[in-house]
Amino acid sequence: MSKKSTNTADVASSGSEKAPINAQLSPDAKIELYRQMVRIRRFEERSLRAYQAKKIGGFLHLYIGQEAVCVGSCSLMGKDDHVITAYRDHGHAMAVGMDTKPLMAELYGKATGCSKGKGGSMHYFAPDKNYWGGHGIVGGQIPLGAGLAYALKYKGLKGCALAFMGDGAVNQGAVHEAYNLAALWNLPVIFVIENNGYSMGTSQERSSAGPGLAQRAEAYGMAWGTCFGHDLYEVRATMDKFMTRAREESKPAVVEIDTYRYRGHSVADPDKTYRTREEVEEYRKTKDPINLFQEKLKSEKVLTDDLIEKIDAEARAEADLAAEFAEASPFPTPDDIQTDVYWEADNADKRASKGRLFFD
Amino acid sequence: MAVLTYREAVRAALSEEIERDENVVLMGEEVAQFNGAYKVSEGMLEKYGPKRVVDTPISEAGFIGMGVGASMLGVRPVMELMFWSFYSVAFDQILNNAANVRYMSGGQISCPIVIRGPANGGTNVGATHSHTPENVLANHPGIKVVVPSTPADAKGLLKSAIRDNDPVMFLENTILYGEKGEVSDDPEFLIPLGVADVKREGSDLTIVTYGRCVLHSLKAAEVLEKEHDVSVEIVDLRTIRPLDIDTVLKSVAKTHRVLIVEEQKPFASVGSQLSHMIQREAFDELDGPIHRLATIDAPAIYSPPVEVEQLPNPDRVVKAALAALA
Ligand SMILES: Cc1ncc(C[n+]2csc(CCOP(=O)(O)OP(=O)(O)O)c2C)c(N)n1
Ligand SMILES: [Mg+2]
Repeated sequence: MSKKSTNTADVASSGSEKAPINAQLSPDAKIELYRQMVRIRRFEERSLRAYQAKKIGGFLHLYIGQEAVCVGSCSLMGKDDHVITAYRDHGHAMAVGMDTKPLMAELYGKATGCSKGKGGSMHYFAPDKNYWGGHGIVGGQIPLGAGLAYALKYKGLKGCALAFMGDGAVNQGAVHEAYNLAALWNLPVIFVIENNGYSMGTSQERSSAGPGLAQRAEAYGMAWGTCFGHDLYEVRATMDKFMTRAREESKPAVVEIDTYRYRGHSVADPDKTYRTREEVEEYRKTKDPINLFQEKLKSEKVLTDDLIEKIDAEARAEADLAAEFAEASPFPTPDDIQTDVYWEADNADKRASKGRLFFD
Repeated sequence: MAVLTYREAVRAALSEEIERDENVVLMGEEVAQFNGAYKVSEGMLEKYGPKRVVDTPISEAGFIGMGVGASMLGVRPVMELMFWSFYSVAFDQILNNAANVRYMSGGQISCPIVIRGPANGGTNVGATHSHTPENVLANHPGIKVVVPSTPADAKGLLKSAIRDNDPVMFLENTILYGEKGEVSDDPEFLIPLGVADVKREGSDLTIVTYGRCVLHSLKAAEVLEKEHDVSVEIVDLRTIRPLDIDTVLKSVAKTHRVLIVEEQKPFASVGSQLSHMIQREAFDELDGPIHRLATIDAPAIYSPPVEVEQLPNPDRVVKAALAALA
């Protein structure tokens, strides 16, 4: 079984660099976008090493190969735009600006982690950066994404919500219920399908009926689009169109972004039963989002070899520093188990209810 | 007899029943081509083919509901949940449809489905993936609930569950999958649902438990014997509903002290139900209040060293046992 390509032109260059949203980028802004992708890649590679050294427990779902999707999309966010995603959440967390130290510390289960060591890899959150997680149940975050959009509309804010999911998540009932509500009530939400071709070991062909995933939007009278997600410019051009429409007209949409993950579904996946080594290598060689953007920026004379080298070294150093920070941080203690469960328990002086909150 | 892992014992039960009854089908996410997320069904697609071992999309409400419907017409689906935690997505199908259809049809319809998969904490997968819903499931009349602790129990009970005409929820444990034990290879080796098993005899304290906590309790019992001269009897419930309360009461009448150990959140847990029944039916046998050791009452924490402390573990069992004896 091999990856089914989304019905987009399978070429990296579709003129999207000329789209106004990209044409207006300063050289520095372009370098920053490139840097973001490299930082995410190096952070995750470092986290993989920490996992192999048994510093991290549970699951670790790496985003390596998909960086252009989150960086491209989140780079378009204004102050009233919000993001929610599934468990493959490290890239989005960094793309909204979360610091790598608490992110790494969370993986290590440390008290200095972004969720105080309580959430782990799948459950990153940063409401101060309009980032609402980090969700472990496939498809479960999608109604919440519609809810973020509902709140924006309710409050009269001109923003939009980006609700990310994988190609496997589209078959959850909750996703379709959210589609219907969003379309029915004109909620400013973009449902973004990061189509990396596989849900764990199941290819799209073996899990999803119908011609395409985004096209299902038609059943709800929703707009939809597809995009070549290995090209950061194209992600930005496509997402800008739908995000602007959501903000201006309060209209939902489904966008299916063609992408690929190089690593197994999680670190535990032997990655031998459902795709070939050659397929992975082919993507690495011809469609790597970092390489593609690097080439573009070099041809635009924005990036030089020296700068590429420097960005890479800095990203590696940052990831190492994050790991050192995580390593040196303390674990939570058993006393921390029962904090952050109820607001009233954490704010005992303002408690209004009576009765026992906890049991043993 | 052969020494099998818990995982192999489950696989053996599934394989034997697929061979025995043409209506038995194994279905779930990644069970076939991927060989099972936890490798329980490894090799089964190759052996039994795609009609009997079926991969599904990630649509728990859809495929579990479909299994319930198929079972009404005589198919015997064994549905794998990659984690029992994902039952919440299919809650309505399991607890409205499977649990009630027999009753609402005045007994005209049966629902011989098995839903199985791991339900446990302890692997640092966080709050969304660490649910232990046996109490929630058992709260629904019409549903049967099984939580085996050993390879032999897993095999004998799963075979009975598949042959059962009611919906049976079968809760395994990812940490137990690698545990080894002697298992019968008799294709008619069946352990009836609703029969508890005394896993250790003793005279001073009864520990009532099930699932992985049986292993914790056995370890604790060794320590209690050696270091505190306490003789512990361990009753493994094996099945939560139907519940073998008689075996529990018999042990209480012998030891007069009770500790319940469960990997459950304490509120309205299996242990809550047991405490009620023991005090109601054996009040005069008790020399002290019934004690209980449960998971510390909060969502599952991720942090690996702290999660160990949130769950029952041998040290916590020893402490709780000494408190129950004080
Ligand atoms: C309700 C539910 N069912 C099953 C799982 C187990 N699971 C986690 S990720 C996954 C595959 C999801 O694939 P996809 O949506 O394509 O996202 P990707 O992993 O490719 O990013 C599965 C089956 C889960 N977490 N939640
Ligand atoms: Mg996918």
